[in-house]
Amino acid sequence: MAKAVAKRKSRAKPRKQTASREEFLHYYREMLLIRRFEEKAGQLYGMGLIGGFCHLYIGQEAVVVGAQSAARPEDALLTSYRDHGHMLACGMDPRGVMAELTGRAGGYSRGKGGSMHMFSREKNFYGGHGIVAAQVPIGTGLAFGFKYKGLDNVCLTYFGDGAVNQGQVYESFNMAALWKLPVIYVIENNKYGMGTAVERASASTELCQRGKAYGIPGEAVDGMDVLEMRAGTEKAIAHCRAGKGPFILEAQTYRYRGHSMSDPAKYRSKEEVQKMRSERDPIDHLRELILAEGHADEDALKKIDREVKDIVADAAEFAQESPEPDPSELWTDVLVDA
Amino acid sequence: MAIKTYREAINDAIRLEMRRDERVIVMGEDNAGGMGAPGEDDAWGGVLGVTKGLMPEFGRERVLDTPISESAFIGSAVGAAATGLRPVAELMFVDFMGVCFDQIFNQAGKFRYMFGGNAVTPLVVRTMYGAGFRAASQHSQCLYPVFTHIPGLKVVIPSSPYEAKGLLTQAIRDDDPVIFFENKAQYDDVGDVPDEAYTIPFGEANITREGGDVTIVAIGRMVTLANQVADDLAKAGKGATVIDPRTTSPLDLDSILESVGETGRLVVVDEASPRCGMAADISAQVCEQAFSDLKAPIKTVTPPHTPVPFAPELEDAYIPSVAKIRAAVDVVLAA
Repeated sequence: MAKAVAKRKSRAKPRKQTASREEFLHYYREMLLIRRFEEKAGQLYGMGLIGGFCHLYIGQEAVVVGAQSAARPEDALLTSYRDHGHMLACGMDPRGVMAELTGRAGGYSRGKGGSMHMFSREKNFYGGHGIVAAQVPIGTGLAFGFKYKGLDNVCLTYFGDGAVNQGQVYESFNMAALWKLPVIYVIENNKYGMGTAVERASASTELCQRGKAYGIPGEAVDGMDVLEMRAGTEKAIAHCRAGKGPFILEAQTYRYRGHSMSDPAKYRSKEEVQKMRSERDPIDHLRELILAEGHADEDALKKIDREVKDIVADAAEFAQESPEPDPSELWTDVLVDA
Repeated sequence: MAIKTYREAINDAIRLEMRRDERVIVMGEDNAGGMGAPGEDDAWGGVLGVTKGLMPEFGRERVLDTPISESAFIGSAVGAAATGLRPVAELMFVDFMGVCFDQIFNQAGKFRYMFGGNAVTPLVVRTMYGAGFRAASQHSQCLYPVFTHIPGLKVVIPSSPYEAKGLLTQAIRDDDPVIFFENKAQYDDVGDVPDEAYTIPFGEANITREGGDVTIVAIGRMVTLANQVADDLAKAGKGATVIDPRTTSPLDLDSILESVGETGRLVVVDEASPRCGMAADISAQVCEQAFSDLKAPIKTVTPPHTPVPFAPELEDAYIPSVAKIRAAVDVVLAA
């Protein structure tokens, strides 16, 4: 059996992290939005309205919501092809994201990129990238750009436990450490690189230590707990903004669905998935906290549930009604003057 | 003879060669996959199920799941090949060549020549190519012209299940580095495939249709489309010869020149980008060597020179189609 994610803390003990009522409800709403958005995307995929690849983020919501809540709007982020959650968490419009999934003119890439490839300069989201680990040097370069311009922005570079074994990750670590670049490498360890368990692909599974040889500090964080994620990221960002160079955060999380929609995830036991869902779900966990600590009652949460459902329904409708791209789009944007 | 899919034909070739020769090993990402627990092993069998069942038969010593580390495992396959093993490495999508290309073109492709014939590199890199899967710009390319450009590599593009098995068997037995291109849209194609092992030699084109009015050279999946055009033409009383080169390196130019000598008209169909692609290369060679045989300007049918788009309508417009090939053939015939 694969190792379970770090054990859930007993709720009898006081928590290390806390947040205001507004923050609690904001995180709940954001995480729920990702969850419902992804469920809808899976549904549309099943109906044949989304084609090609579609990598769902369900189970990992606390990672990006927690991390981005520690960042400023002017900080950059970029990630792999499992990118829907990151786009929603940085404030991109669910309509534009969903319409890109359906390949419509109203999508962020006007239908030319699809699920894996979107970009928003406005939100400083520098892309969903399709080649494993290719975003790691790019995120390093974004951080270089900030430093060169004398800005104190940081770049959150997200990648998975599968990507950590790519050579370009270590070439990036070296340069980022050498040049003291303000980049936070967020390793989302969801336990499987495609269909192979992390223990079967990595000689050392202590992924937060992968920067040790370059003097890059690293910490493992409970990626199923949004408050822990936020706290871990706050520390990492403070390190970067202070000019001390890169930081590695390993978010220990779990992917409920297959690697992509075509993956029935037969390579792991149903019990493992069920155990994570029932004992470690990040949204259930937050919901329980909110109720237990009296930040909101059931009615208030139900109201958020309804609001989120409406946003997602609206996005799905937009994604189906937005027109297909004009055939002439095939030739546009190949080069500046094309 | 049995009816098999393109996927099964490839699996067959690897399996039979692994039974025949202990030096044959398989390595790649998720080739078996799993969490390492009984029951969850080999449930995956590669992203498209091509390597399924190999691990249970040959064990993890010969069927290796690698980390997502293309430079490392393709490079290791090159090294293992230099010791005399016959690795069949799977580069899942050819688009990922960017991560490991040095090991292929500067290392594997140069060893024999640069080391004065002292080194052998009996390596096969199997890889997926092709559009039509709604897989967007980074998972849909046909990069075989890039490999064809490199002396020292053999480049194989099977067009049917029968071709896939025979050419892959040849590739595994071959002493040079071979890049073997599998079209992801063809895995479920079916055809007659013998159960036993057989080889198809490299550099010998396959004539899939014979006719005297026009020559159509088509690569990979485009052969199926070209055959359809030839069949349609036959109904209209015109004869087309369809040539499947099977390998772009070595390229059987002789068969193409011979046919052009008879028909005087040539259409080249390729799913790769038009600039410096196979259509351009073959056209140039025919112009250079058989210009006087041509009764009409050569036509090429390729995608536009753009990345592969995601939206279904755009992607469908991107890929060469039967209608586009037919239109080109009609122009050549009318000239």
